[in-house]
Amino acid sequence: MSDAGMLAELGRQFTVLSLLSIGGVNSLIPEIHRQIVELRGWMTDAQFSELFAISQAAPGPNFLIVTLIGFFVAGLPGAVITTVAICAPSSALTYAVAHLWDRFREARWRIVIQRALAPLTVGLMFGSGYVLTRASDHSALAYAITAVSAATMLWTRVHPLAALAVAAALGATGVL
Amino acid sequence: MVPLPAAPGPALVVPSRRALFFGFLKVGVSGFGGVMPFAHRMLVEQARWLAESEFVDVLSLCQFLPGPNIVNVSIVVGRRFGGPGGAVAAFTGLIFMPFLIIIALGAAYTTFGQLPHVREAFAGVAAAAAGLVIAMAMRMARPLRSTAWQVGIAMVAFVAIALLRWPLLWVLLGLAPVALLLAAREKPP
Repeated sequence: MSDAGMLAELGRQFTVLSLLSIGGVNSLIPEIHRQIVELRGWMTDAQFSELFAISQAAPGPNFLIVTLIGFFVAGLPGAVITTVAICAPSSALTYAVAHLWDRFREARWRIVIQRALAPLTVGLMFGSGYVLTRASDHSALAYAITAVSAATMLWTRVHPLAALAVAAALGATGVL
Repeated sequence: MVPLPAAPGPALVVPSRRALFFGFLKVGVSGFGGVMPFAHRMLVEQARWLAESEFVDVLSLCQFLPGPNIVNVSIVVGRRFGGPGGAVAAFTGLIFMPFLIIIALGAAYTTFGQLPHVREAFAGVAAAAAGLVIAMAMRMARPLRSTAWQVGIAMVAFVAIALLRWPLLWVLLGLAPVALLLAAREKPP
């Protein structure tokens, strides 16, 4: 695919995803993986999961995984295009409806939509966890790291960065 | 522009566009893997642009709408105080530094990512990052546990997106109407 074609394709994909991102960008991971890794073959499973890990370890909003994917696939222009594409449609919608919100604070349809979308978001988030585990774990020890990391976040107050750093050190010893 | 609602307690501050840019600039580099707690601290406690109740309203709107939640917050707050220019100022402030940092990290990854020890360290980080997401999903799932239909919708969504690998658009178009119907049949609290 030509550079221009690739940029156009990235822009098209993430423009659509912007409006489908209920519950934030982390719930889009299975779909992004499907399009970028499975359909287009623009990166490997390992690269996808590593870029995701970088985006989690970097300061700032977690939607920057999208910026990183754009950068990896098509350099700086790719990063700009994916960032704008994931933000612009949803931001335009937000801008347009922001002033209507107060009026519907107690509206029943608002509560109905929220109650309906919540389980969808949760299902997609588990999907993200599943896809990332499949993409990154190729040994029993890697699965153990994933499990311990999840348990640590749920039941201790350890900072996520500390968990990532310990896992990096463990990985660097070459045991995975 | 929507007029500011009467603020309870001591007067809140009305930021300029420049202040919006720099306020969100600070938020952008404050947190790791999510900056919303820092946005709350800046908006409500430090800069005092929003009352607590206003922040809760803004946040619920921004979680309700599609898109990155923190980006939506920057748009709503920027719009409230500075119209289109305010929204642009807040948004660019928010992503300016994180964008540069992530590009630097991306460049380092493409340059050094294939070195033997780096490659192995990344395998470890990636495995742990997957665990972070699973923990996030489990935390989000807790409030739903007592409602059978919500558990069912979550499971069907998971199977469709993760196991069957169906396109997200189809999954949402298929499941959202069912979920809406089930939610609408509930008795109002």
